[in-house]
Amino acid sequence: MKRFVVQNGWTIGLAVLLGLLLIVTKLIQPDFGLSGLDSLGRASLPFALATLGMAVVVIAGGIDLSLASLMAVCSVTAAVLMDGRGEVAAVPIVLGVLVLGACLGAVNGSLIVVSRVPDIVVTLAMMFVWDGTALLILNAPGGGAADWLRGLIVGGVVPKSFIFLAVVALGVWLPIRRSKLGLMLYALGSDAQAAFRSGVPVKTTKIASYAIAGLFAAFGGMAVTMSTGIGEPIPGPYLLASVAAVVLGGVSLTGGKGGLLGPVLAVFILRLVRLDLTLLAVDPNVTVIIEGVIMIGVVMLGGVLALRGQRT
Amino acid sequence: MSVTETIPPFSRALRLMRDYPMLPLGLLLAALVILLEILQPGIINSRWLANTIKVAIPLAMLAACQTLTMLTGGIDLSVGIIATVAAFVTGTLSPLVGVPSAVAVSLVLALLLGLLNGFGVAVCRVHPLIMTLGTGLVATGLMQVYQRYVIATGSKIPDFLQWLGIGRTLGLPNSIVLFVPFAALILWAQKRSGFGRLLYAMGSNEKAARLSGVRGWQVLMALYVLSGLIAGITGLLYLGMIKQASLSLAVPLLLPSVAAAVIGGTSIFGGRGGFGGTIIGALILTVLGTMLTLMQMPEGGRRILFGLIVLAVTALFVRLTDNT
Repeated sequence: MKRFVVQNGWTIGLAVLLGLLLIVTKLIQPDFGLSGLDSLGRASLPFALATLGMAVVVIAGGIDLSLASLMAVCSVTAAVLMDGRGEVAAVPIVLGVLVLGACLGAVNGSLIVVSRVPDIVVTLAMMFVWDGTALLILNAPGGGAADWLRGLIVGGVVPKSFIFLAVVALGVWLPIRRSKLGLMLYALGSDAQAAFRSGVPVKTTKIASYAIAGLFAAFGGMAVTMSTGIGEPIPGPYLLASVAAVVLGGVSLTGGKGGLLGPVLAVFILRLVRLDLTLLAVDPNVTVIIEGVIMIGVVMLGGVLALRGQRT
Repeated sequence: MSVTETIPPFSRALRLMRDYPMLPLGLLLAALVILLEILQPGIINSRWLANTIKVAIPLAMLAACQTLTMLTGGIDLSVGIIATVAAFVTGTLSPLVGVPSAVAVSLVLALLLGLLNGFGVAVCRVHPLIMTLGTGLVATGLMQVYQRYVIATGSKIPDFLQWLGIGRTLGLPNSIVLFVPFAALILWAQKRSGFGRLLYAMGSNEKAARLSGVRGWQVLMALYVLSGLIAGITGLLYLGMIKQASLSLAVPLLLPSVAAAVIGGTSIFGGRGGFGGTIIGALILTVLGTMLTLMQMPEGGRRILFGLIVLAVTALFVRLTDNT
């Protein structure tokens, strides 16, 4: 028991913080209940999925700056293809977009491996490429989505958006975490050279980490299209938010440490802070500033912590 | 003769590129201009030349921020927003408090944003990319709040900025008056001043620089403040050129500014390159932009192209430095 607490101290702390924030929200808005949780879940869904993708890449020792743009590509592709088609035709389209996301992520990873340029530079360049691709597919917000997709994340006794997130996260991550690939991802993140010498196929593992991130980005892009019913070619504010949530969630930016639960809890914490500010009738533009300051603060804290970790 | 026989021609070309990076850049620029003339005969004249220089100057100035930060292995992704902040504040405050104080306030703001970048990068050791993105986000939020208080007062573009931005003397744009001393200063500072050499030292090997007694965090702090200041001045120039204060004024220049520095031979990993190449890089991008406009390339295609250029050039430089 004690060992469990020590090992998962950070995550438990986050869960306690989240609980406190929920109580605060309830105090500010006494009738905050199921419908409030439902809209919170839906608003957090793209952020949570982007964060999951970012967390996998960061654990494997990389960083994917093109994630938000990749989400935009998947969102517009799905919206354009589904526009005017029937409810049944949407099924293969959704599956196709998920495969597309994984493939585009694999393209990012392969370019890093082939060009030997650091992750952060390659994904910065790819951010522009995917931005442009999304704009070429759809010049302005538009397209359509099948109705049953929206039904997947709206309402429910336990809000369906939470169930959707849990199913996606566990469905993708659990088999990977339990398999050899999961071990290799962590090994690559802790020390690439040691991993290479222990026989980890470093290049394939790196590409796999980006492909998994691409898959989560595709889910995230689908979540945007699902909740709005249209495709959005301009990437949302998911990039920085996901990096901040990953850092706050206890995943070290130097790689190899942390899990996926912490970052997801961090997403809900950041979203709840925003919700509370809105409930307190703070100007939404001021909310943007406060959010930005929190995110910068979190990454600065992460930087200082990483620095300390190196010294000891 | 025996030396030329033992080295295959391809790696000889690569070696030439590494030793004289300006040479292939100049050739590329000339080739692009010739291609433009073939695509649209008669386009190359003195008017076109003046126009190209005019468009390239703010780009080259923002690219100076990227060049200097890249020398230390960093990058500054907040320059587009800092330039916009300076321009927007000057434009909207001028009718309220007069031109000199408006310019002073906007430059102080640019300095403060640079200081925030510097604090995050130098003291907290956040990766410059993430730190400057975050600063950009905060600055955007600040501007949106600020906009609501000044939206009624209207805006005014100071006369001297208009003269600088769109005026011409003897067929040449007036912004040269600002740019030539600026470029001379940067070119001098990067190679001849102590600060410039510290930048190269930090970028080549930060640990070694630190062990040699360089106070790394002070250098980085000064660098990002300087970068913010340059971005602010560019914003003022751009305001005079576009003659409209808006919240997305200089933001589209961000990506080309990174591309100009990278094309100009400055390594994104630090320690290599300089502002001379960046100026040619900015000219290349401007000519390329004219060409893409002629071919009616949509905005999406442009972004893809810029992204791929940055990726290809950095990959090439990794190969070049690996061989040494």
